[in-house]
Order: sequence, then C-alpha cells, then structure tokens
Amino acid sequence: MKLNDILDALFPEGHRVDRNDKVLIGEATLGGQSIAVLGTTDAAAVDHAIALSLAAAVLATIEKHPGRPLLFLVDTSGQALSRSQELLCLNGSLAHLAECVDLARRRGHPSVALVTANAVSGGFLSFGLMADVAYALQDAQVRVMDLRAMSRVTKIPLEQLGELAGNSPIFAPGAENYQRMGGIEAIWPSPSPSLLAAALDEAVGRCRAGDPRMAIGRVRGGRQLAATIAERVAGD
Amino acid sequence: MKRDFNLRRSWFEASARARLAGLLDAGSGKELLPPAAAEPSPHLAALGLPGAFDDGVVVGSGRLAGRPVLFAAQEGQFMGGGVGEIHGAKIVGLLRRALREGPDAVLLLLDSGGVRLHEANAGLIAISEIMRAVLAVRAAGIPVIGLIGGSCGAFGGMGIVAKLCSHLVISEEGRLALSGPEVIETVAGVEEFDARDRALVWRVTGGKHRFLMGDCQAFVDDDPAAFRAAVEALLAESPVDVDELAQLRRQQAALTQRLAVFGQCRDGLEVWQALGVAAPENVPMLDARALVSLKEGLSA
Repeated sequence: MKLNDILDALFPEGHRVDRNDKVLIGEATLGGQSIAVLGTTDAAAVDHAIALSLAAAVLATIEKHPGRPLLFLVDTSGQALSRSQELLCLNGSLAHLAECVDLARRRGHPSVALVTANAVSGGFLSFGLMADVAYALQDAQVRVMDLRAMSRVTKIPLEQLGELAGNSPIFAPGAENYQRMGGIEAIWPSPSPSLLAAALDEAVGRCRAGDPRMAIGRVRGGRQLAATIAERVAGD
Repeated sequence: MKRDFNLRRSWFEASARARLAGLLDAGSGKELLPPAAAEPSPHLAALGLPGAFDDGVVVGSGRLAGRPVLFAAQEGQFMGGGVGEIHGAKIVGLLRRALREGPDAVLLLLDSGGVRLHEANAGLIAISEIMRAVLAVRAAGIPVIGLIGGSCGAFGGMGIVAKLCSHLVISEEGRLALSGPEVIETVAGVEEFDARDRALVWRVTGGKHRFLMGDCQAFVDDDPAAFRAAVEALLAESPVDVDELAQLRRQQAALTQRLAVFGQCRDGLEVWQALGVAAPENVPMLDARALVSLKEGLSA
C-alpha cells in the first residue's frame, strides 16, 4: 500500500505529514484530536541522521504538545550498514531515539506503532518496538533476518529451518509470529480510523502500566517460557 | 627452583562466573534461578544443538564494596552471548527485581553479539523488553552500569542496551557497536569494512575509540580488579537529580554536532586527530593510565 493511501485511510479528517527523504514527520487529526505522526518509509535503513530527526520530533512533541499521542509508521530494512556509521557509534543514536520515546511514555504520551511494510532488527528496536503497542498491516514483513541468510549464519540446512518454521513462531520471519509472541498486538486487514482509535485506547492503558508483552506471549502460546522465567527471577 | 608467576587475571579470557568472582565482594554473590533450578532452551534442542542450564547468562545479587547490587553476566562462550527467550527473560526479570528491591546499582556484564538467531523473534522482542526495563530502572533512580570487555563485545541489540546504561566501563579489548564488521563486509563489501583487519576493527569499534569519543565513561585494564575499582568509583558518586528532558536535549545537540563534525570520517585515526590528539598513530600503544590522561587533556 502506498504511503499516501495509508495516511488517507487512517485520517479522513486530514493529515499533514512531511516527507524528507525516507523520514516522515507531521501531524494528523483523529476524532477531533491532534496526533503526532512520525516514522520511516521506503524500507529506510536507519542511520544517525534518521534517528536524530525522529528523536528531535519526539522531543519537540513533549515540549510543545503535552500528552499528544504519537503514531509511528514503521518501514525499515534495519540499521544502516557502513563503517562511518559504526565509527560514530550508531547504536548510541538508536539508543538516544529509544530514550526519547520512553521519556514521552513517562510524560503521558500514548504511542502506537504501525508496521506498514518492513520491520527489521535495529531499525524496529529503536522506535517501533519502543511504542506502547505495535500493529502491522496485512502484507507487512517483520523479521530479524530471512531464512536463507539465517541458514548461512547458523549453518543449519534451509530445509530443516523451513520445516521447523511451520510449527514454531520462535525464529521464522512473519508478523503472525510476532503476534503470537506478544511483540505485535494485531494484524490489520487494512488501515482504518476505527482500528487506529481502538489502538490509541489500548496505548493509553499500557502507557500507565508496565510492559505486558511477555504475559501476552504466554497467553497466546508463542512464548511459553519468558513470562514465567522473568517472574521467578523478579520474585513477583 | 622458585618461579615468579605474574598472576594478573584477564577479564577478556574469564568466564561470566569468574568475572563475577573478581568483581563482587568475596562470597557475596547469590545466583537467581541457578542451573540446578533451570532447564536449557528447548528451542536449541529442537534444532539439535546443545543447550546450557543457565542459557548463557548468570543473574543474581551480591555486594560490591559493601553495597547491595544486582547483576546479569552474559557468557560469550555460549552461543556468542546471544539473547534467546530464556536468556532475555532472565535479564528482564532481574531488572524488575531491581524496581522492587532498590539496590544501589544494577551491573550488566555484557558479552554478546545481540539476538540469538536460532530464537530470533523471541530474542528481538526480549531485547526490546530489556531496553524498556533498563530505562524503567534508571527512571526509578537506580544506576545501571554496563561493563564491556568480553570476547563478543556488545553488538546488535545489546549494543543499543549498552548505550541505554547510566554508565559504561570498557577495556581496550572491549568492543561496542551495532552491526559486526563481518556483517558489513558481507553486505557492503570488503572495501567498506575489512573484518579481518583487526587493527582497523579496533579503531572503529574498540574500547579506546569509544572512551575517547565519550561513548564510555571509564576506561580500564583488562583485569577484574580494574573493573571492580571503576564500578566502586561510580557507586561513590552521589546521584544527581537531572531534568530528563533537558538532558535528552543536550544529548540531541551533542550527537547532532558530532555527526556534523565527524560524519565523513572512516577511521578512528581521523577522528582522534580531529579531536586534537597530537599523535593519533600512538593511541593503540597507550596503556590505560596514559589513555585516561590523554582524554583528560582533551576535555580540559
């Protein structure tokens, strides 16, 4: 789905989202309420410049619009892969962005992430997975690595990985797997204002509570161990 | 014949448990969910791979210079310190315990390539949970101190987690980055990053570079006693009540400025020269004390 079609479908009351290369920053109206819209498009590889642009937009929202909800549109192929990016500690800029999103949460800004096309590893970690709740469009690809590359790195034959992928959500790409594990709340057949409004309500609830994703993964059967292990270590 | 051995121990070569033994007050460490009470990862078993009863991370409580701390120590020798479902959940659980118990600090002994690919989805979500939990612990006023000097460094998602810590202590052997040089070489070519050029890898991701750039707050010898002394010094600092928004604004300005100044550099040597280091080619030869005084001279 094209970005503009997604924005039109989500915000019939209007949107004004600037696109600067692969970075999206703007605002939109839903149910009469203003929402900050930010994110990436065209499978952006998140680099220092992108992370800092998004972080600046989050900080500006905290400063100028207390409590305004945040919608992150996620389309990222992961992190930029270059020596000059690593030389300046790319993980540091991604961590900075994550810190900004977390501060917004603690200052009462509910946040929703919507994976529109691709969500891959570092790019997804730095803002999409930092939102209170994440959703994905029907055809979205969510993964750490595709199975072929995974087979090469782990030295496990592709056929064996493919076979196991059929009955375990633990490693194979796919938004459904993330849904079963609690990382993605739901997959939307198509973007709509009512789905987004419900998502924002969900985010408002989560914004005030702790991170429920492990417990959800246990209920859905995708992560049967994590929640119990964490409870035993935490002593709660 | 009496021989005089030099018994200095190496953090780099030590196991996670040996690092803890050198870091904590003698006899104070208590492991939570010890191997006898745990099961190895069923996901590795499903792939026909050997597991470990601690799943590659030791979590627990102890004392350092008499002060109560919680710790998580990753074992780089098991699956490259990769974060799988159990491994990640143990760290998240430890951070939640910190919120309840209020220790003087949480120590993260990082030694990890990031997500364990064999459990990629569980690992990615777990790292996101660790990120949020680290920030929740910091927001509660409890410092989270990261220690980097193991064979796997702190890469991938654990490199992001590292940069969320309140303080980082690193040794020359420590490496901190996002994508490993091998990954960059595979995708972008050997001209972009020659992963076999170890000196170059260290000039781009190594402890000295990260310390000179201010990405790590303390630089120490490859020795558990040196890591311990650095943590002790950090614990002795009185906590400052910072305005988080103002602090993130300063961080935003500093990172933006740094990108503008050094964005075109491709080697630590260029960056150190631009920082004002008189003889950048000598940096790899400096010992910890000399490097720390060099850094102090730059900030003066």
